[in-house]
Amino acid sequence: MVDYQLDDVNPEMSFLEMLDTLNEQLVLKGEPPIEFDHDCREGICGQCGLFINGRAHGPLAATTTCQLHMRSFEDGDTIYVEPFRAKAFPIIKDLKINRSALDRIIQAGGFISTHTGDAPEANSIPIPHHVAEQAFDSAACIGCGACVATCKNSSAALFTGAKVSHLVILPQGKAEAATRVVQMVDQMEKEAFGNCTNTKACEVECPQGISADDILRMNFEYNKAVLLVDGK
Amino acid sequence: MQLNAKIPEGKLQEKWARYKATCKLVNPNNKKKLDIIVVGTGLAGSAAAASFAELGYNVKSFCFQDTPRRAHSVAAQGGVNAAKNYQNDGDSVYRMFYDTLKGGDFRSREGNVYRLAECSLSLIDQAVAQGVPFAREYGGYLSNRSFGGVQVKRTFYARGQTGQQLLLGAYSALSRQVAAGKVKLFTRHEMLDLVMIDGKARGVIVRNLDTGELERHAAHAVVLATGGYGKIYYLSTLAMGCNGSAIWRAHKKGAGLASASWTQIHPTSLPQLGAYQSKLTLMSESLRNDGRIWVPKKENETRRPVDIPEEERDYYLERRYPAFGNLAPRDISSRAAKERIDAGYGVGPQRNAVYLDFSHSIREYGIDIIRERYGNLFSMYQKITGINAYETPMMISPAAHFSMGGLWVDYELMTTIPGLYAIGECNFSDHGANRLGANSLLQACVDGYFILPYTIGNYLADELKTGKISTDRPEFEQAEKQVVEQLTRLTTINGNRTATDYHKELGALLYDKCGLQRTKEGLEEAITRIRALRADFWKNLKVPGGHQNVNSEVEKAGRVADYLELAELMCWDALTRDESCGAHFREEYQTPEGEALRQDDKFQFVSVWEYAGPDQDPILNKEHLEFEEIKPAVRSYK
Amino acid sequence: MPTLSFLSNSISRKNLMALTGLFLCLFLVIHLAGNLQLLLPPERAQTQYNFYSQLLSHNYLIKLVSYALYLSILIHALDALILTVQNWRANGAQGYVYDRRRTASAWYSRNMGLLGSLIFVFLVIHLKDFWFQYKFGVVPMDAEGHKDIYPIVVAAYSELWYVLVYVVSLLILGFHLWHGFASAFQSLGLYHSRYGKWVKYFGWFYTIVITGGFILIPLWVYFFNY
Repeated sequence: MVDYQLDDVNPEMSFLEMLDTLNEQLVLKGEPPIEFDHDCREGICGQCGLFINGRAHGPLAATTTCQLHMRSFEDGDTIYVEPFRAKAFPIIKDLKINRSALDRIIQAGGFISTHTGDAPEANSIPIPHHVAEQAFDSAACIGCGACVATCKNSSAALFTGAKVSHLVILPQGKAEAATRVVQMVDQMEKEAFGNCTNTKACEVECPQGISADDILRMNFEYNKAVLLVDGK
Repeated sequence: MQLNAKIPEGKLQEKWARYKATCKLVNPNNKKKLDIIVVGTGLAGSAAAASFAELGYNVKSFCFQDTPRRAHSVAAQGGVNAAKNYQNDGDSVYRMFYDTLKGGDFRSREGNVYRLAECSLSLIDQAVAQGVPFAREYGGYLSNRSFGGVQVKRTFYARGQTGQQLLLGAYSALSRQVAAGKVKLFTRHEMLDLVMIDGKARGVIVRNLDTGELERHAAHAVVLATGGYGKIYYLSTLAMGCNGSAIWRAHKKGAGLASASWTQIHPTSLPQLGAYQSKLTLMSESLRNDGRIWVPKKENETRRPVDIPEEERDYYLERRYPAFGNLAPRDISSRAAKERIDAGYGVGPQRNAVYLDFSHSIREYGIDIIRERYGNLFSMYQKITGINAYETPMMISPAAHFSMGGLWVDYELMTTIPGLYAIGECNFSDHGANRLGANSLLQACVDGYFILPYTIGNYLADELKTGKISTDRPEFEQAEKQVVEQLTRLTTINGNRTATDYHKELGALLYDKCGLQRTKEGLEEAITRIRALRADFWKNLKVPGGHQNVNSEVEKAGRVADYLELAELMCWDALTRDESCGAHFREEYQTPEGEALRQDDKFQFVSVWEYAGPDQDPILNKEHLEFEEIKPAVRSYK
Repeated sequence: MPTLSFLSNSISRKNLMALTGLFLCLFLVIHLAGNLQLLLPPERAQTQYNFYSQLLSHNYLIKLVSYALYLSILIHALDALILTVQNWRANGAQGYVYDRRRTASAWYSRNMGLLGSLIFVFLVIHLKDFWFQYKFGVVPMDAEGHKDIYPIVVAAYSELWYVLVYVVSLLILGFHLWHGFASAFQSLGLYHSRYGKWVKYFGWFYTIVITGGFILIPLWVYFFNY
């Protein structure tokens, strides 16, 4: 931990703008900037992710780091900023981490095996309103990793469960449901994420408010795949 | 510079079919002998990389983000257009083609635009097959909404996160090919130069942002899908990392850059609050369906908006454009807002905003309906501003958003460099001088999924005899050397100003002189000042920490260095176009009512710029626009 | 395709926790039902409880079940140990310097391992004092010719400190069940977006009955039987 003092923080500043301001000062002093991840700064790309005052994405629920503003803190506060920590998220430098483990979980099966050109007419598969909405709730995951960061076990169950749920809820995704869930769960294992113990801290910190029910759905789909579906 | 758009012969409706039927093909067994580099993993890049890999090509995919899924396509909110005519409201490929061409103020190619509308049909099918959860009606069929500048409902959407959902679809297709070993993914890699061998694009030099190491990658074709450069204005709706470096460096290697100054300024973004501000968050255009835009009739009004009586409010869009009202196209709405703000009627602490008021709709439909329609946007607004927009009007302001300009490409999406392709927002493409809402996701997807996989084969069919390309060739060595030189130079000036500081100054200057409104004098002044700023940059920049490690300041400085050159070109582009069209509004060329005045007799062409060397005036080439099918008309939304 | 391997991944390990846990939950019901006999008037309680104990230790079916029970306890504990070690490892080399993650979840859900360990310690004491005594100790016979375990139980529960240890331990068990019962169903994926909450409510009801029942017995004996 390194201490930095920063004056003239405007309450309307976003948290990352506060870090920008600090970095500008460091650079002018000839010091390298504090490295941190960020990109869209509107809460959708999922690249930002800091552990602020002991909480993933800071004190507010359902908010990304970039949407956090300094008005959420008091003048004179000491703010602790750390990277998301987990064995599966190696630190690159300062607050920058490597979350490619999440990509590899998707690569293991987080897709529908369709290729460009083979799609049937879009309206040939009616999907009732509530089913589409439910799938969307899970599909909204931004892949920031806050669920892993806040989990005492560093489990990626919410991330994986959200993708499993998104695809299994939709009729298009049902054909591969069994292989998908097994492969994704196995990949989660290979990436050295921990085990979900249903504390559900993840759903509290998830910026998209993804429900921990998605984890339960993943468990169900996994057990169904193992117990009921014929092997290859 | 040779400009051959290679539009296929024949009737508009048959051009693309004819092209597909006659272009060269690569035998399935031969595809695995060909390598393609794709830079960028947004909708266009991911879609293209996945589609190439599915065909059997070997693909290397690069992005500067830590995963492909973060590319800025993710932030598009509103939707994606397609001429499905599911609503039975008279839509058709032709009507969509016409709307897009008219929306672009008749400054795009008929052939390209028609193809865009044509391919829009397959895109929706494709996305649904991938599992994109588009909004549905209760019966299960796809739902549509309306967007600015059209009179049908052809926009497909997934709440306010359509870009995210489409991108995740493309990302999943890409991930599938990564797992299959057909795509090699290089995240946190930034392209710093294009490598050319014998006049053809043959590779790239990239910097691994996690280590600072430079890498060489060779391929038979290079595809740029690097998005827009609106971040050049510093304050924009774009992501912090969005940049113009890849296309600018390609431009310096000989790729023509078209319509560089045509930037869409989006009317509904959050206003700037202070000098520390790093970006302007976009609020979806869909809000204009139910929100009414107004400013006080009194200058320097100090009352709270709810205290201002109805008769003292100026609903200026409804007043000026009664037919389209609050849903006037983006360029027109933005200019109208600027006009009011400049005249002294702006609101908010900086007097740089206008009100977007939902009180009428809340009275008419009830708060629950409004919450259902826009709840996520209202809560986003509250998160950022701390203000509850159900009780008091939102404050919005125009912000730089989309680059209609970009690398010039022909019908096959190839730039003026053989083997170098540009797809998605980074090409100058199909939007003419103004892009219609929900057409950008469409164009990115269509370029990546449905056009380039065909057209690249037409080029690669002749590349089979090339064989593997070695990265030890002198051309790679030379390119890498130049990159090292530049990086060393940036990190050793050791002056007293940061890259961001230069970026902010450049952005403010550009927004003022080459933003919503431009004048001859202003642009000339801007060119002089940009040159001075550039000279100062190379004298007084400060980048501590060196380039052979993780260093975000090096990344920023490199991008700003390119912006300082690109900005000048943008001013040249605007200066040499003595007319107003779409987003390009030259104050000298307007109707008495203040609308854009085109000069079709003199400017019915695309300005394609050629790099002439460091600190040389760029060279203007012209691609004349032929209109066979339609007749350019005055673009009226009154 | 998948094989049914019990420790191969996080979900299978959690299945094992859930199945053994639920089996133990079932056992607790039987155990409580039997022990409620201790609430009867002392003489009747003595005869009946001794008879019940005799029955348990001489029925082959029950014996079989009891082996499954011992095995479940061991597997549940061992699996928990494996999970805990893995979870620690997954946290990485460095933990958070400033950690307030606790604000996002309930303390007992985060401390199932600790609660479980305490329950295990309690179990050792509990088995030593009664089960071991009954099986291997010298226990006099009652009038019916059954081992007279009843006075041993009553004697134990007449000590205040012993009663307190029991009450505290059972409260610990209560918190373990409060999270564990529903969590087991969640791990198995037996959920439903609408009816899932009934499992949770039932789990709470179950926990209150089991914990309350078990706590009542030593208190009852302490206050009313002597």
